[in-house]
Amino acid sequence: MNHGLILPILLPMLAGSLLLVRSYLSLRVKRVLSLAVTWALLPISIWLLLQADSGELQLYALGNWQAPFGIVLMLDRLSALMLVTTAVLAGFAMLYAVRGDDERGANFHALFQFQLLGINGAFLTGDLFNLFVFFEILLIASYSLLVYGGGAQRIKTGVHYVVLNLVASSLFLIGIGILYGLLGTLNLADLALKIAEADAERQPLLAAAGFLLLIVFGLKAAILPLYFWLPSAYAAATAPVAALFAIMTKVGLYAIVRVFTLLFGNQAGGLAHLVDDLLWPVAMLTLVAGVIGALAVRRFERLIGYLVIVSVGTLLAGIALGTADSLSGALFYLIHSSWICAALFLLADLVARQRGELGGRLRTGPRLANPLLLGAMFFIAAVSVAGLPPFSGFLGKVMLLRAAGTGQQALELWPVVLIGGLGMLVALSRAGSVLFWRTADEAVAKPELDSVRTLAAIGLLACSPLLVVAAQPVYAYTQATAQQLLDVGAYLQLVRGGGA
Amino acid sequence: MEALYALTLGVLTAAGVYLLMRARVYPVVMGLTLISYAVNLFLFAMGRLGTGVPAVIGKSAEHGDPLPQALVLTAIVIGFAMTAFVVVLSLRALGELHTDHVDGEEPR
Repeated sequence: MNHGLILPILLPMLAGSLLLVRSYLSLRVKRVLSLAVTWALLPISIWLLLQADSGELQLYALGNWQAPFGIVLMLDRLSALMLVTTAVLAGFAMLYAVRGDDERGANFHALFQFQLLGINGAFLTGDLFNLFVFFEILLIASYSLLVYGGGAQRIKTGVHYVVLNLVASSLFLIGIGILYGLLGTLNLADLALKIAEADAERQPLLAAAGFLLLIVFGLKAAILPLYFWLPSAYAAATAPVAALFAIMTKVGLYAIVRVFTLLFGNQAGGLAHLVDDLLWPVAMLTLVAGVIGALAVRRFERLIGYLVIVSVGTLLAGIALGTADSLSGALFYLIHSSWICAALFLLADLVARQRGELGGRLRTGPRLANPLLLGAMFFIAAVSVAGLPPFSGFLGKVMLLRAAGTGQQALELWPVVLIGGLGMLVALSRAGSVLFWRTADEAVAKPELDSVRTLAAIGLLACSPLLVVAAQPVYAYTQATAQQLLDVGAYLQLVRGGGA
Repeated sequence: MEALYALTLGVLTAAGVYLLMRARVYPVVMGLTLISYAVNLFLFAMGRLGTGVPAVIGKSAEHGDPLPQALVLTAIVIGFAMTAFVVVLSLRALGELHTDHVDGEEPR
C-alpha cells in the first residue's frame, strides 16, 4: 500500500491544526509554515501524477480495512490531475496572500489549509459518504474564508452561500441515504457494481438519488439554475480567496464526472448515461447565461465571476458529450480555466489597488500608476480566457469543438461557444478600455504595486503559455485520463479482486 | 410504524421548507434545523426499521445495520457545527446590515 496517497490530505490537516492551536505564533512563522506546506503539495501531487500515469488504479485502505467494507482513498489519473491543478493554484494564491491579505482577520492560514484539506480529500476519496464529509470540510472552511475580512457585502453574500449549501448538503445526505438503503454500500466502485445489477423495480429510486446528487454537485459547480450566488460571492471575497475558489466550481464538476461516469456510466445497465441528455441543454444555457451576465456587469470582479460560469458551461458541454475526445478536451480546458480565472482575480485586485476608492467599478477612474505592466497582463489573460490563439483557452476550445463531430451536437455547440467567445471578448474589451484607457490624468495619491503580489499573478498567468508549450504531453495525459474514466471495468475490478 | 415514520419525516421537511421560504434569518435557521432532523431520521431509517434487533452480531438471529447509525452520528456532528456557524453568521449579518432579511435589505 502506497502511503503517499494520504499525504495531500494529511499535510494540510496537520499544518492547519498546528496553526489553529498555536494561533499565538507570530504572523511571520505562520506565513513561512503555510507557504512551505502549500508549495510542498506541488511536488507530492506531481509525484502522484507520475504514478497515476502508469494507468494502474491505486487504493489506500484507511486502517487497512479492505474495500468495500472500509473507507478507501482512490488515485486515478483524474484525481492526480486535479491535485496538481489545485496545488499550483493554491501555491500562487498563498504567495499572494502573505503580502498582507492574511492580516485582515484571525486564522487565515489555518482556514486556507483546511480548505486545501477538503479539496484534496474530495479528489482522492473513493467513498460517497467520505465525499460528503470532505465537501463539508471544504465548505465550512470556505464559509469562513468568504466572509474573511468582514464588511457588509461579504456578510450579505456569505448568508446566501451558507444557506444554499446547507440545503444542498441535506439533499446530498438524502441521495446517499437512498443509495445505501437500496444497495447497502457507499464505496464508489462497489456502488457502480451494484447499480449495474439493480433490477427494474429499484431503478427509478436509484435514478432519483442520481438526480439529487446532480443538484448538489450542480450547485457547487454553478450550473444554470444554481449559479446566481456565484458572481457576487466571488466578487466579494478577498482576492487570494477568490483565486482559490476558482477550483471550487471544479470540485463540483469533478464530482459530476466521477459519479456520472462511474456510477451511472457505460456499464450501469438501464441507468446508463442517466444525465447526459439533461446536461447538454443545461451546459449550453449556462454558457449563454454566463456571457449575458459578463456583458451586463458593472464591476471587474463580477465580470470574472461570470467568466467562471462560462467556463463551467463549456466544461459541462464536454462532459455531456461523453466521448473520450470531448472529456479530454474538457479536462484540458479545466486546467486552463482554473488557472486563468484565478490569475484574473489576482489581477483584478492589483488593478483595484491602484484605483483608490473606485476599486473594481467599471467607471472612468484615476490613471493607473503601472498601466503598461498591468495592461499587458490583462491583455494576455483576456486573450487566453476568451479562447483566442495563441494561448491555452484556444487549444481547449479547439479540442472540444473537434470532439463534437459533425452532427446535430456540433451544430449546437459551435455557434454557442464561438458567439459566446465573441461576447466574452466584447465584455473584456469594454472592461479593459475603461480600466486602462478611459482614465483621468491624475493617479491616486498612493498607488500600490507589490512586487510579490505581481509575481504571484504573473506566475499563474504564465501557466497559460506554458500549457500551450506543453500541450502535447498534457493532451496525451488528459486523453489517457478520459479513456481510463470511460473504461469502468477497471474500477469494478478493484472491488471484485479485493484491490491492492 | 413505517407510515408514522414517513409522515413525521414529511411534516418535518414541509415545515422546514416553509420556514426557509420566510426569508428571515431566524426562521431560516429553524427551517434548516428541521430539515436536518428529517434528513438524519431518513438516514437512520435506511438501515430498515425494526424492534428488538441488536446492533451487535451474534446476540440474536437478526441484527440491526450499524452503518446508518454511524452515518447519522457523523451527519449530526456536521449539522451541529453548521448550525452554530449559521447562527453566528446571522448575528453578524444583523449587526452589520441592521436587518434580519436574508438579502441584507428590506424587500420593497
